Amino acid sequence: MQELFNIFIKSIFIDNMVFAYFLGMCSYIAVSKTVKTSVGLGMAVVFVMGITVPVNYLINEYILKPGALSWLGAQFKDVDLSFLSFIIFIAVIASMVQLVEMIVEKFSPALYASLGIFLPLIAVNCAILGGSLFMQERDYQTVWQATSFGLGSGLGWFLAIVGIAAIREKIRYSNVPPALRGLGITFILTGLMGIAFMSFLGIKL
Amino acid sequence: MSAETKEREPLFSQKNLKLVTKPLNLNNPITVQVLGICSALAVTAKLKPAIVMGISVMVVLAASNVVISLLRKGIPSRIRIIVQLVVIATMVILVDQVLKAFVYDISKQLSVFVGLIITNCIIMGRLEAFAMSNKPWPAFLDGIGNAAGYSLILIIVAFFRELFGSGTLFGLQVIPQSFYELGYKNNGLMILPPMALITLGVIIWVQRYKNRELIEK
Repeated sequence: MQELFNIFIKSIFIDNMVFAYFLGMCSYIAVSKTVKTSVGLGMAVVFVMGITVPVNYLINEYILKPGALSWLGAQFKDVDLSFLSFIIFIAVIASMVQLVEMIVEKFSPALYASLGIFLPLIAVNCAILGGSLFMQERDYQTVWQATSFGLGSGLGWFLAIVGIAAIREKIRYSNVPPALRGLGITFILTGLMGIAFMSFLGIKL
Repeated sequence: MSAETKEREPLFSQKNLKLVTKPLNLNNPITVQVLGICSALAVTAKLKPAIVMGISVMVVLAASNVVISLLRKGIPSRIRIIVQLVVIATMVILVDQVLKAFVYDISKQLSVFVGLIITNCIIMGRLEAFAMSNKPWPAFLDGIGNAAGYSLILIIVAFFRELFGSGTLFGLQVIPQSFYELGYKNNGLMILPPMALITLGVIIWVQRYKNRELIEK
Protein backbone atom coordinates (compact mmCIF):
# COMPACT_ATOMS: atom_id res chain seq x y z
CA MET A 1 0.00 0.00 0.00
CA GLN A 2 2.71 2.42 1.00
CA GLU A 3 4.60 1.63 -2.15
CA LEU A 4 1.62 2.57 -4.29
CA PHE A 5 1.37 5.89 -2.46
CA ASN A 6 5.09 6.50 -3.02
CA ILE A 7 4.77 5.92 -6.75
CA PHE A 8 1.75 8.23 -6.81
CA ILE A 9 3.50 11.12 -5.04
CA LYS A 10 6.70 10.58 -6.99
CA SER A 11 4.96 10.76 -10.35
CA ILE A 12 3.06 13.92 -9.41
CA PHE A 13 5.91 16.00 -8.03
CA ILE A 14 9.32 14.56 -8.74
CA ASP A 15 8.90 12.96 -12.15
CA ASN A 16 6.38 15.55 -13.27
CA MET A 17 5.46 14.97 -16.91
CA VAL A 18 5.78 18.63 -17.88
CA PHE A 19 8.64 19.90 -15.77
CA ALA A 20 10.93 16.88 -15.80
CA TYR A 21 10.20 15.33 -19.19
CA PHE A 22 8.50 18.12 -21.22
CA LEU A 23 5.71 15.81 -22.29
CA GLY A 24 2.43 17.13 -23.59
CA MET A 25 3.95 20.54 -24.17
CA CYS A 26 2.01 21.22 -27.37
CA SER A 27 -1.42 21.21 -25.78
CA TYR A 28 0.10 22.63 -22.59
CA ILE A 29 1.09 25.77 -24.49
CA ALA A 30 -1.94 25.91 -26.78
CA VAL A 31 -4.76 25.38 -24.27
CA SER A 32 -3.39 27.24 -21.24
CA LYS A 33 -4.83 30.66 -22.04
CA THR A 34 -7.64 30.45 -19.47
CA VAL A 35 -8.02 28.44 -16.27
CA LYS A 36 -11.43 27.08 -17.21
CA THR A 37 -10.43 25.31 -20.41
CA SER A 38 -7.20 24.08 -18.88
CA VAL A 39 -9.11 22.45 -16.01
CA GLY A 40 -11.23 20.62 -18.62
CA LEU A 41 -8.22 19.38 -20.57
CA GLY A 42 -6.36 18.49 -17.39
CA MET A 43 -9.25 16.38 -16.12
CA ALA A 44 -9.52 14.59 -19.44
CA VAL A 45 -5.80 13.77 -19.29
CA VAL A 46 -6.06 12.37 -15.74
CA PHE A 47 -9.02 10.28 -16.85
CA VAL A 48 -7.44 8.87 -20.01
CA MET A 49 -4.06 8.23 -18.39
CA GLY A 50 -5.70 6.43 -15.50
CA ILE A 51 -7.22 4.04 -18.03
CA THR A 52 -4.63 3.65 -20.78
CA VAL A 53 -1.57 3.04 -18.60
CA PRO A 54 -3.01 -0.06 -16.84
CA VAL A 55 -4.50 -1.37 -20.10
CA ASN A 56 -1.17 -1.01 -21.86
CA TYR A 57 0.51 -2.58 -18.83
CA LEU A 58 -1.62 -5.70 -19.19
CA ILE A 59 -0.98 -5.83 -22.94
CA ASN A 60 2.73 -5.42 -22.42
CA GLU A 61 2.79 -8.04 -19.67
CA TYR A 62 0.76 -10.72 -21.43
CA ILE A 63 1.44 -10.14 -25.13
CA LEU A 64 4.44 -7.99 -25.96
CA LYS A 65 7.22 -8.66 -23.47
CA PRO A 66 9.87 -11.25 -24.32
CA GLY A 67 8.43 -14.54 -23.10
CA ALA A 68 5.06 -12.98 -22.31
CA LEU A 69 3.20 -15.32 -24.60
CA SER A 70 4.19 -18.44 -22.65
CA TRP A 71 0.62 -18.73 -21.32
CA LEU A 72 -0.32 -19.87 -24.84
CA GLY A 73 1.96 -22.88 -24.66
CA ALA A 74 5.60 -23.80 -24.39
CA GLN A 75 6.41 -23.20 -28.06
CA PHE A 76 5.63 -19.47 -27.70
CA LYS A 77 7.97 -18.78 -24.83
CA ASP A 78 10.75 -17.37 -27.02
CA VAL A 79 8.53 -14.94 -28.86
CA ASP A 80 9.52 -11.30 -28.40
CA LEU A 81 7.01 -8.82 -29.77
CA SER A 82 8.34 -5.76 -27.97
CA PHE A 83 9.23 -4.04 -31.26
CA LEU A 84 5.47 -3.75 -31.87
CA SER A 85 4.88 -1.84 -28.67
CA PHE A 86 4.77 1.65 -30.22
CA ILE A 87 2.10 0.79 -32.73
CA ILE A 88 0.03 -1.24 -30.26
CA PHE A 89 0.19 1.43 -27.56
CA ILE A 90 -0.87 4.20 -29.91
CA ALA A 91 -3.71 2.06 -31.26
CA VAL A 92 -4.89 1.30 -27.71
CA ILE A 93 -4.75 4.98 -26.81
CA ALA A 94 -6.62 6.11 -29.92
CA SER A 95 -9.34 3.52 -29.49
CA MET A 96 -9.58 4.06 -25.71
CA VAL A 97 -10.09 7.76 -26.30
CA GLN A 98 -12.88 6.99 -28.75
CA LEU A 99 -14.44 4.53 -26.34
CA VAL A 100 -14.22 6.86 -23.36
CA GLU A 101 -15.73 9.61 -25.46
CA MET A 102 -18.71 7.42 -26.41
CA ILE A 103 -19.27 6.14 -22.87
CA VAL A 104 -19.10 9.58 -21.33
CA GLU A 105 -21.44 10.97 -23.98
CA LYS A 106 -23.97 8.23 -23.27
CA PHE A 107 -23.94 8.21 -19.49
CA SER A 108 -22.95 11.67 -18.37
CA PRO A 109 -23.89 14.41 -20.82
CA ALA A 110 -22.83 17.07 -18.33
CA LEU A 111 -19.30 15.69 -18.09
CA TYR A 112 -19.27 15.26 -21.86
CA ALA A 113 -20.15 18.89 -22.34
CA SER A 114 -17.15 19.94 -20.29
CA LEU A 115 -14.64 17.30 -21.46
CA GLY A 116 -16.00 16.49 -24.90
CA ILE A 117 -14.05 18.83 -27.12
CA PHE A 118 -10.78 17.93 -25.44
CA LEU A 119 -10.98 14.18 -25.74
CA PRO A 120 -9.99 13.92 -29.43
CA LEU A 121 -7.05 16.24 -28.75
CA ILE A 122 -5.76 13.80 -26.23
CA ALA A 123 -5.06 10.95 -28.63
CA VAL A 124 -2.04 12.86 -29.87
CA ASN A 125 -0.94 14.25 -26.51
CA CYS A 126 2.62 13.11 -25.92
CA ALA A 127 2.04 12.81 -22.19
CA ILE A 128 -0.36 9.90 -22.71
CA LEU A 129 1.93 7.85 -24.94
CA GLY A 130 4.85 8.93 -22.77
CA GLY A 131 3.08 7.51 -19.72
CA SER A 132 2.74 4.13 -21.39
CA LEU A 133 6.34 4.11 -22.61
CA PHE A 134 7.71 5.08 -19.20
CA MET A 135 5.55 2.38 -17.66
CA GLN A 136 7.19 -0.13 -20.00
CA GLU A 137 10.68 1.16 -19.35
CA ARG A 138 10.38 1.29 -15.56
CA ASP A 139 9.07 -2.23 -15.35
CA TYR A 140 6.35 -1.88 -12.73
CA GLN A 141 5.60 -5.09 -10.85
CA THR A 142 1.82 -5.08 -10.57
CA VAL A 143 -1.07 -3.53 -12.43
CA TRP A 144 -1.86 -1.43 -9.34
CA GLN A 145 1.55 0.17 -9.44
CA ALA A 146 0.99 0.99 -13.10
CA THR A 147 -2.42 2.47 -12.29
CA SER A 148 -1.09 4.68 -9.53
CA PHE A 149 1.72 5.79 -11.83
CA GLY A 150 -0.80 6.66 -14.55
CA LEU A 151 -3.10 8.58 -12.24
CA GLY A 152 -0.20 10.38 -10.57
CA SER A 153 1.34 11.46 -13.87
CA GLY A 154 -2.03 12.67 -15.09
CA LEU A 155 -2.53 14.65 -11.91
CA GLY A 156 0.95 16.16 -12.21
CA TRP A 157 0.11 17.30 -15.72
CA PHE A 158 -3.19 18.71 -14.48
CA LEU A 159 -1.40 20.74 -11.77
CA ALA A 160 1.10 22.08 -14.26
CA ILE A 161 -1.44 23.23 -16.85
CA VAL A 162 -3.77 24.83 -14.30
CA GLY A 163 -0.81 26.60 -12.69
CA ILE A 164 0.50 28.06 -15.93
CA ALA A 165 -3.01 29.07 -17.01
CA ALA A 166 -3.52 31.00 -13.79
CA ILE A 167 -0.21 32.78 -14.26
CA ARG A 168 -0.96 33.57 -17.91
CA GLU A 169 -4.31 35.08 -16.97
CA LYS A 170 -2.56 37.47 -14.61
CA ILE A 171 0.42 38.25 -16.81
CA ARG A 172 -1.85 39.79 -19.41
CA TYR A 173 -1.89 42.92 -17.26
CA SER A 174 1.88 43.12 -16.96
CA ASN A 175 4.27 44.99 -19.16
CA VAL A 176 6.20 42.20 -20.87
CA PRO A 177 8.80 43.21 -23.52
CA PRO A 178 6.99 43.00 -26.88
CA ALA A 179 9.25 40.34 -28.41
CA LEU A 180 8.79 38.10 -25.39
CA ARG A 181 4.99 38.31 -25.31
CA GLY A 182 2.97 35.14 -25.64
CA LEU A 183 5.14 32.14 -26.39
CA GLY A 184 8.48 33.38 -25.08
CA ILE A 185 7.32 34.38 -21.64
CA THR A 186 5.32 31.15 -21.32
CA PHE A 187 8.47 29.09 -21.81
CA ILE A 188 10.44 31.12 -19.32
CA LEU A 189 7.61 30.88 -16.77
CA THR A 190 7.43 27.13 -17.26
CA GLY A 191 11.16 26.94 -16.66
CA LEU A 192 10.82 28.89 -13.43
CA MET A 193 7.94 26.68 -12.31
CA GLY A 194 10.11 23.69 -13.11
CA ILE A 195 12.88 25.03 -10.89
CA ALA A 196 10.34 25.49 -8.11
CA PHE A 197 9.16 21.91 -8.58
CA MET A 198 12.74 20.70 -8.28
CA SER A 199 12.62 21.53 -4.61
CA PHE A 200 10.58 18.32 -4.26
CA LEU A 201 13.64 16.34 -5.32
CA GLY A 202 14.74 16.30 -1.71
CA ILE A 203 11.78 14.13 -0.67
CA LYS A 204 12.97 10.65 0.17
CA LEU A 205 10.39 8.02 -0.60
CA MET B 1 -6.86 22.34 -62.13
CA SER B 2 -4.39 24.44 -64.06
CA ALA B 3 -1.40 22.64 -62.59
CA GLU B 4 -1.81 19.78 -65.07
CA THR B 5 -1.85 22.00 -68.14
CA LYS B 6 1.17 23.96 -67.02
CA GLU B 7 4.59 22.71 -68.14
CA ARG B 8 6.54 20.69 -65.58
CA GLU B 9 8.03 22.64 -62.76
CA PRO B 10 11.80 22.22 -62.35
CA LEU B 11 12.68 20.13 -59.30
CA PHE B 12 14.35 22.95 -57.44
CA SER B 13 12.19 25.87 -58.48
CA GLN B 14 11.99 29.03 -56.41
CA LYS B 15 8.77 27.86 -54.83
CA ASN B 16 10.15 24.47 -53.87
CA LEU B 17 13.29 25.95 -52.38
CA LYS B 18 11.14 28.20 -50.24
CA LEU B 19 9.55 25.09 -48.73
CA VAL B 20 12.95 24.15 -47.37
CA THR B 21 14.26 27.54 -46.31
CA LYS B 22 11.17 29.11 -44.77
CA PRO B 23 10.82 26.72 -41.81
CA LEU B 24 14.42 27.50 -40.83
CA ASN B 25 13.48 30.95 -39.61
CA LEU B 26 10.23 32.76 -40.41
CA ASN B 27 8.02 29.69 -40.18
CA ASN B 28 10.07 27.65 -37.74
CA PRO B 29 8.06 24.69 -36.45
CA ILE B 30 9.14 25.14 -32.84
CA THR B 31 9.36 28.87 -32.28
CA VAL B 32 6.60 30.04 -34.63
CA GLN B 33 4.20 27.19 -35.35
CA VAL B 34 4.58 25.87 -31.77
CA LEU B 35 4.72 22.24 -32.89
CA GLY B 36 6.83 19.43 -31.56
CA ILE B 37 8.07 20.94 -28.35
CA CYS B 38 7.26 17.76 -26.47
CA SER B 39 10.27 15.80 -27.44
CA ALA B 40 12.38 18.75 -28.45
CA LEU B 41 13.78 19.70 -25.11
CA ALA B 42 14.40 16.54 -23.16
CA VAL B 43 17.18 15.41 -25.45
CA THR B 44 19.12 18.67 -25.48
CA ALA B 45 21.43 18.24 -22.50
CA LYS B 46 24.17 17.07 -24.88
CA LEU B 47 24.79 17.80 -28.58
CA LYS B 48 25.10 14.23 -29.80
CA PRO B 49 21.67 12.92 -28.81
CA ALA B 50 20.16 16.19 -30.08
CA ILE B 51 21.63 15.63 -33.52
CA VAL B 52 20.59 11.98 -33.63
CA MET B 53 17.09 13.02 -32.61
CA GLY B 54 17.03 15.69 -35.33
CA ILE B 55 18.06 13.18 -37.99
CA SER B 56 15.46 10.65 -36.78
CA VAL B 57 12.70 13.24 -36.97
CA MET B 58 13.87 14.25 -40.42
CA VAL B 59 13.70 10.66 -41.71
CA VAL B 60 10.29 10.02 -40.15
CA LEU B 61 8.78 13.31 -41.26
CA ALA B 62 10.07 13.18 -44.83
CA ALA B 63 9.10 9.54 -45.30
CA SER B 64 5.63 9.80 -43.80
CA ASN B 65 4.98 13.06 -45.67
CA VAL B 66 5.73 11.25 -48.93
CA VAL B 67 3.62 8.20 -48.04
CA ILE B 68 0.63 10.25 -46.95
CA SER B 69 0.96 12.48 -49.97
CA LEU B 70 0.90 9.41 -52.26
CA LEU B 71 -2.14 8.04 -50.44
CA ARG B 72 -3.93 11.34 -50.02
CA LYS B 73 -6.63 10.69 -52.65
CA GLY B 74 -7.46 7.28 -51.19
CA ILE B 75 -7.81 8.13 -47.51
CA PRO B 76 -11.40 8.72 -46.34
CA SER B 77 -11.28 11.88 -44.27
CA ARG B 78 -13.11 10.34 -41.31
CA ILE B 79 -10.40 7.83 -40.52
CA ARG B 80 -7.44 9.86 -41.67
CA ILE B 81 -6.01 10.33 -38.15
CA ILE B 82 -5.73 6.58 -37.62
CA VAL B 83 -4.16 6.09 -41.05
CA GLN B 84 -1.65 8.83 -40.34
CA LEU B 85 -0.82 7.37 -36.93
CA VAL B 86 -0.20 3.94 -38.43
CA VAL B 87 2.11 5.33 -41.12
CA ILE B 88 4.02 7.39 -38.57
CA ALA B 89 4.26 4.55 -36.08
CA THR B 90 5.65 2.23 -38.76
CA MET B 91 8.34 4.74 -39.69
CA VAL B 92 9.23 5.31 -36.05
CA ILE B 93 9.56 1.58 -35.41
CA LEU B 94 11.97 1.35 -38.35
CA VAL B 95 14.05 4.26 -37.07
CA ASP B 96 14.04 2.84 -33.54
CA GLN B 97 15.27 -0.56 -34.70
CA VAL B 98 18.02 1.05 -36.79
CA LEU B 99 19.15 3.17 -33.85
CA LYS B 100 19.17 0.15 -31.56
CA ALA B 101 21.27 -1.79 -34.05
CA PHE B 102 23.87 0.85 -34.91
CA VAL B 103 24.12 3.45 -32.12
CA TYR B 104 22.95 1.51 -29.09
CA ASP B 105 24.27 3.84 -26.38
CA ILE B 106 22.61 6.91 -27.88
CA SER B 107 19.39 4.97 -28.35
CA LYS B 108 19.54 4.17 -24.62
CA GLN B 109 20.01 7.87 -23.83
CA LEU B 110 17.07 8.88 -26.01
CA SER B 111 15.02 6.14 -24.28
CA VAL B 112 11.30 6.79 -24.69
CA PHE B 113 11.77 9.92 -26.75
CA VAL B 114 12.26 7.99 -29.98
CA GLY B 115 8.85 6.40 -29.46
CA LEU B 116 7.42 9.79 -28.67
CA ILE B 117 8.19 10.97 -32.22
CA ILE B 118 4.85 9.27 -33.01
CA THR B 119 2.90 11.80 -31.03
CA ASN B 120 5.23 14.64 -31.94
CA CYS B 121 2.77 17.27 -33.09
CA ILE B 122 5.18 18.48 -35.77
CA ILE B 123 4.60 15.30 -37.75
CA MET B 124 0.81 15.19 -37.45
CA GLY B 125 0.74 18.93 -38.03
CA ARG B 126 2.69 18.79 -41.27
CA LEU B 127 0.77 15.76 -42.52
CA GLU B 128 -2.53 17.53 -41.92
CA ALA B 129 -1.45 20.94 -43.12
CA PHE B 130 0.72 20.02 -46.08
CA ALA B 131 0.96 16.40 -47.19
CA MET B 132 -2.81 15.89 -47.39
CA SER B 133 -3.09 18.55 -50.09
CA ASN B 134 0.18 18.45 -51.99
CA LYS B 135 2.18 16.25 -54.37
CA PRO B 136 4.90 13.92 -53.06
CA TRP B 137 7.94 15.96 -54.11
CA PRO B 138 6.88 19.25 -52.43
CA ALA B 139 5.72 17.17 -49.46
CA PHE B 140 9.18 15.60 -49.22
CA LEU B 141 10.84 19.03 -49.32
CA ASP B 142 8.40 20.36 -46.75
CA GLY B 143 9.29 17.45 -44.47
CA ILE B 144 13.01 18.03 -44.86
CA GLY B 145 12.62 21.78 -44.30
CA ASN B 146 10.49 21.51 -41.21
CA ALA B 147 12.63 18.81 -39.66
CA ALA B 148 15.70 20.94 -40.39
CA GLY B 149 14.09 23.90 -38.65
CA TYR B 150 13.30 21.64 -35.71
CA SER B 151 16.84 20.25 -35.58
CA LEU B 152 18.27 23.75 -35.80
CA ILE B 153 16.54 24.82 -32.59
CA LEU B 154 17.46 21.52 -30.92
CA ILE B 155 21.12 22.01 -31.83
CA ILE B 156 21.22 25.63 -30.67
CA VAL B 157 19.70 24.73 -27.30
CA ALA B 158 21.96 21.70 -26.91
CA PHE B 159 25.03 23.76 -27.85
CA PHE B 160 24.47 26.27 -25.05
CA ARG B 161 23.45 23.65 -22.52
CA GLU B 162 26.43 21.42 -23.16
CA LEU B 163 28.89 24.32 -23.37
CA PHE B 164 27.87 25.96 -20.12
CA GLY B 165 26.65 22.88 -18.32
CA SER B 166 29.53 20.49 -18.90
CA GLY B 167 32.16 22.66 -20.58
CA THR B 168 32.28 20.24 -23.50
CA LEU B 169 31.02 19.98 -27.09
CA PHE B 170 30.34 16.51 -28.50
CA GLY B 171 31.92 15.20 -25.30
CA LEU B 172 35.25 16.97 -25.95
CA GLN B 173 36.39 19.54 -23.46
CA VAL B 174 36.41 23.03 -25.00
CA ILE B 175 36.80 25.24 -21.96
CA PRO B 176 40.55 25.22 -21.24
CA GLN B 177 41.78 23.63 -18.03
CA SER B 178 43.42 26.92 -16.97
CA PHE B 179 39.94 28.49 -16.63
CA TYR B 180 39.00 25.84 -14.09
CA GLU B 181 42.23 26.47 -12.21
CA LEU B 182 41.30 30.16 -12.01
CA GLY B 183 38.04 29.20 -10.33
CA TYR B 184 35.63 28.78 -13.28
CA LYS B 185 32.91 26.25 -12.54
CA ASN B 186 30.47 24.46 -14.80
CA ASN B 187 26.95 25.74 -14.34
CA GLY B 188 25.13 22.67 -13.08
CA LEU B 189 21.79 24.41 -13.52
CA MET B 190 22.14 24.23 -17.32
CA ILE B 191 21.99 20.44 -17.21
CA LEU B 192 18.67 20.46 -15.38
CA PRO B 193 15.46 20.25 -17.44
CA PRO B 194 14.01 23.70 -16.61
CA MET B 195 16.96 25.48 -18.20
CA ALA B 196 16.05 23.98 -21.59
CA LEU B 197 12.74 25.84 -21.39
CA ILE B 198 14.37 29.09 -20.38
CA THR B 199 17.00 28.78 -23.14
CA LEU B 200 14.23 28.23 -25.66
CA GLY B 201 12.35 31.24 -24.28
CA VAL B 202 15.44 33.37 -24.84
CA ILE B 203 15.90 32.02 -28.37
CA ILE B 204 12.31 32.99 -29.15
CA TRP B 205 12.94 36.41 -27.67
CA VAL B 206 15.99 37.00 -29.88
CA GLN B 207 14.23 35.68 -32.99
CA ARG B 208 11.18 37.87 -32.51
CA TYR B 209 13.30 40.87 -31.72
CA LYS B 210 15.01 40.43 -35.10
CA ASN B 211 11.79 39.65 -37.02
CA ARG B 212 9.29 42.19 -35.79
CA GLU B 213 6.37 40.75 -37.78
CA LEU B 214 6.36 37.66 -35.54
CA ILE B 215 5.51 39.58 -32.37
CA GLU B 216 2.19 38.56 -30.81
CA LYS B 217 -0.31 41.31 -30.17
